[in-house]
Order: sequence, then structure tokens, then C-alpha cells
Amino acid sequence: MTEKKTFSQWITSRRVQQVLICIGFTVIPLVLLLIFTYIPFGKMVQFSFFKMTYLTPPQARRFVGWQNYIDVFRRKDCFGALKLSLYYMVGAIVQLFLALLLATMLSFKTKGGNFFKGLMFFPYMISGIAIGFIFKFFYTRGFVLDTVLQWCGFNLKDLPYWLKDQRINNWSLVFTSVWRYFGQNMVLFIGAIMSVDSELYEAASLDGANKWEQFRYIILPSIKTIVTLNVILSITGSLSSFEQPYVITNGANGTGTYFVIMNRIAHTSQKVGLASAMAVVLLMIIIICTILQKLFFKYIFRDADSDDESYKAKKARLRAEKAAIKANKARLSQTKGGIA
Amino acid sequence: MDSTVKVKSYKYKKHYNPEQVVFGFIKYLVLCLFGFIAVLPIISCIITAFKTNAEYQTTNVMTPPKSWLNFSNFIDAFTKANMGRAFLNSLIVMIVVLVVSVIIGSQLAFVLNRFKFPGNGLIRNLFFFASLLPSVATQVTVYSIMSSLGFINHLYGYIVMMCGTDVISIYLFIQYMENIPVSLDESAIMDGASYWKIYWKIILPLLKPAIVTSCILKGVSVYNEYYCANLYLQTPDVKTLAVSLYTFVGPKGSQYNLICAGVIISFIPALIVFILFQNQIYSGIAAGAVKG
Repeated sequence: MTEKKTFSQWITSRRVQQVLICIGFTVIPLVLLLIFTYIPFGKMVQFSFFKMTYLTPPQARRFVGWQNYIDVFRRKDCFGALKLSLYYMVGAIVQLFLALLLATMLSFKTKGGNFFKGLMFFPYMISGIAIGFIFKFFYTRGFVLDTVLQWCGFNLKDLPYWLKDQRINNWSLVFTSVWRYFGQNMVLFIGAIMSVDSELYEAASLDGANKWEQFRYIILPSIKTIVTLNVILSITGSLSSFEQPYVITNGANGTGTYFVIMNRIAHTSQKVGLASAMAVVLLMIIIICTILQKLFFKYIFRDADSDDESYKAKKARLRAEKAAIKANKARLSQTKGGIA
Repeated sequence: MDSTVKVKSYKYKKHYNPEQVVFGFIKYLVLCLFGFIAVLPIISCIITAFKTNAEYQTTNVMTPPKSWLNFSNFIDAFTKANMGRAFLNSLIVMIVVLVVSVIIGSQLAFVLNRFKFPGNGLIRNLFFFASLLPSVATQVTVYSIMSSLGFINHLYGYIVMMCGTDVISIYLFIQYMENIPVSLDESAIMDGASYWKIYWKIILPLLKPAIVTSCILKGVSVYNEYYCANLYLQTPDVKTLAVSLYTFVGPKGSQYNLICAGVIISFIPALIVFILFQNQIYSGIAAGAVKG
């Protein structure tokens, strides 16, 4: 009888402890999340219906209904700026392609491979503002890029102004973004390629497969998921591209992407209502894109959500195969022994 | 000894066919080309940082400086942009943010992974949805919240804002925790340990690899963060290293020998960390991307 009572006491105390720990450990992250994400989000939706600045007292804000949203689509500088995302999308695809190429090269034995990897990765560690200065300098008339091109035989007169010429300046900015992130992408792909069992390569090269075939039939299928994921992520990424134009040109000469314009409207012109409406519109687009991506993934890779499970399954299968080979060998040696 | 060498060279020769030679040649050509493109902007910056004003105005940017020991630009940049103070601020911000976000992030992951309670899925979804919102967009209204909390131009305000745990590290922790057997917790419970103790004595030490990874990812992003820092840290004595570079925007906008020196000072800590922890950084990037 007494035993039962202490047991139930034990249970309740555990329960109480569980509840306490659940509350104690979630409260701070949730409060932070609320203050810095969800309340701002709510306010953003609210502000987007008002004409106001940061300093306007709440009573003086003027309710304008859907006017800000209409403006977002009407004003040439707002919604039109989304067109610039196309440049960044192209850049992102090129970047993924190059990263894949170099990752494949570096994952085969290469002398000085680590050195090259380090060189290409390091730009990722530099802050955006420092990159802004480096590339302003890089693209200035007669400076780094022009000098190098002159070494290659180009005439300075034929070269465009990299940051002013509207035909080329967006590509210059896209190049900066590729320069900065492609090393990171490459490291990511190398990681994925390295997780492929090296026995597969050995088996393939024993079967006489050349490098291309090894890439096509071993590497590509095993990193298909991560590549597709990155292609899709680059779409939302390029919709919200901000850093390069912000730090290098500040959106001058037709390089203002959607967020650069939004930032200017919010913090320079202080049209908080309009900026909020812009933010909400882009968020809607991003959410729609994300849902489409999810559906796409569900459709193309039915097991994409259980990525690591499939990885585990693969590992288990390989382990089983290895075990089978071992058993086979053991049997062979046994029979050999028997023959001897 | 001799025979093994022979075997090796024989093996090498056997693999040495024309296809491989061509492939090797193309490979090194491509690697050198991309390596060159990757370092060119940085090299030019280094060259320029060592030039005197007169040299900078008269010589081409790619001509090496007369003296590689001319550190006057570095000293100048360091004092003009008050980079000593800025470096200290960056360090404080980074350490506090990393410690706090690792602790609250792993605590949250512990609760989400180990206990089933109503709202568990909801919390996960809340964090996932938050990760979709680009931070530049939310700053439009976070700014008004920060100013109403009186957090602007205070280091602690910026730190609190940056502590909001990011989803990637929570995912990392949860994923890693799935591999920590629950039986460990159970046996600790048998020994009378409280959940609080289990978290500190069992879970946290075992999470070490995931903590290292998330510190690397978050550390790089906190150290390099400049957009919010520029919005919320405007007075001179609270500027972080990235923001201190803004000193060079404006009147000194074309004095690139000074600017380049400032830029180099700002990434030297990152370079040192990179050289020391190269492999951890690579594996951190690879691990963080799985669920990114």
C-alpha cells in the first residue's frame, strides 16, 4: 500500500518536473520569436494599411485601405524591381553549375586540392560590407578588372563602365554574388559527394568506367536531392537578393532590387506604410513559392522529407552488402582451406 | 623497402593513360583559373593597402608597392575607424550571442525532441515559418519595436535581437539528439536525476559536435552581420567591426589605400579562424545544409 503511494508520488513529481522543464526551456526562445518575428509581422500587416512614418504618433496615422498595395503594383520602381531577380536567378544557376563542376574535380585526388578549396571558399567568410568595398574598388574605371583585361589585350576604350553602364552593371553585381557564395556551395557539394561510399568508385573503375561515367552514374544520382534543393532555394534567394546592390551601388543606375528599393522607402523616405506593403507582397510570393517547392519535392522525390531515413536505409543496405561480401570471402577462404 | 617503392611506381604508370593526362591538365587549368578569380580581388586589395598616398595616385593598382612594410595605412584606418573598440564590441556580441543561442536553442531542441506535449508541432512550425521571412523585410517593423523598447544604440539591445535562435541550429540539435539514445535519460532518471540535470550533464556534453557546427555557422553570420548593426548601432562606441567600415563611406570614399587596409583588418580575424578550423568549418557547412 505504502509502496503504491510513493510510486504515485514519484509519478506526479515527474509529471510536474516535465511540465516545468517544458515551460522553462521553451519560454525564452518563444518570447524572442514573438518579439522579433511575429509581432513585427503583425505590425507589418497593420502598417501596410496606413500612411505613416516611424515618428508619426498612432493617432495621426492615416488609414488608406488598400492604397499602399495598389501603389506597390502601380509604381514603376516597386514591382518592376522584381524583374532584376532574373539576373540573380541566372547567376545562381551558373554558380551551382560551377560549384558542382569544381566539387567533382576536387573530390578526386588532387595535388593541392585543399589549397584551392580554401582559396575559393574564403570569400564566404568576409562580411558583406567589406565585399562591397572590395568590389567598388575592383570595378572602378582603370582599376583592377580593367587592368587585368588590358593584360589580356583589351583596349580600355572598349571596356564598359562596370557599375554605371546599364547594360552590364547588374551582371557585375551578380558576378560578385557568385564570387562570394560559390565556394560555399562547392564545399557543400564536396561534403555530399564524400558521403558516397568510396567502394562504389573502386568498383566502377574496376569495371572500366571513366570519370564522366563515374560522375554521371555514381556522383550525380547520389547528390541529386541536395542539388535540386539548392536550385529551388536559389529562386527564393534571388527574389530577396539585397546585399550586393545595397553595399556596392546602393541601387543606383537601375540596380535597385526589390529589397533595396524597399529599404530605401522605409528608412530614407520613411514611407513605412508603403514599405510594409512591399514586404507583405514579397512574403506572399515567397510563401507561395515555398508551398510549390514542397509540392514539387513531394511529387519528384517522394521520400525527400525522410531524407536521412533514406540515407540510413542506404547505409544499412551497403552494410548488409559488405557483410555479405565478407561472408562470401570467409566461405571462399574456408573452401580454399578445405582444398589445401 | 625497395620493392614497395617499385610496386607503387608500377601502379602509377599503369594508371597513366592519355585520357588521364588530358583530364589532369584540364583540371589544373580550371582550378588555377578559378583560384585566380577567387583571390584577384583580395590580392589587389592587399597590394593597394601597402601603398603611400603618392604611390596610390601615380601607379597602376596592380603594380606592387615599393615597400611591403608600409603599415601606415593600417594604423591610420585602425585609428580613424576606431577599430579597436569595434573589434571589442564584435567580440562581446559574438560570444554572448553564441553562448545564449546555443543554450536556449539546445534547451528548446531537448524539449521538442524528448517530450510529447500539445503544441510541440505548433512550435516547430512557428520556427519553420519564421525562417521563411527574410530578415531585411521584417526589419521595417522590428525597427519600431526596437525603438519602443529603447534598444537602439545599446549593445545589449542588438545582442537580444540577434539571440533569436535560428531554425537551422534547432534542426541540427534535434537531428543530433535523435541519435542520443533515450535509454541514457532513462537510466539517469532511475538514478534519481532531474531533467534539469539530464540536460546539463548528459545531453549538452553529448551535443558537442552539433554545438561546434552551429557555433561556426552562427559565428560567421553574427561576425559579418552589418545591416541590422548599421540600423541599430549608430553611436561611435557601440559600433561593431563590420559597421565601423562605414566610416569610409562618404568623404574618404575614394581613398582606397586606406579603405583596403580597413577591409583587410576587418577580415584578418576571420582568416585566422578559417586557417585554424578549416576542416570543422567545411563539415559544419556540409552538415548545416542538409536541412537548410
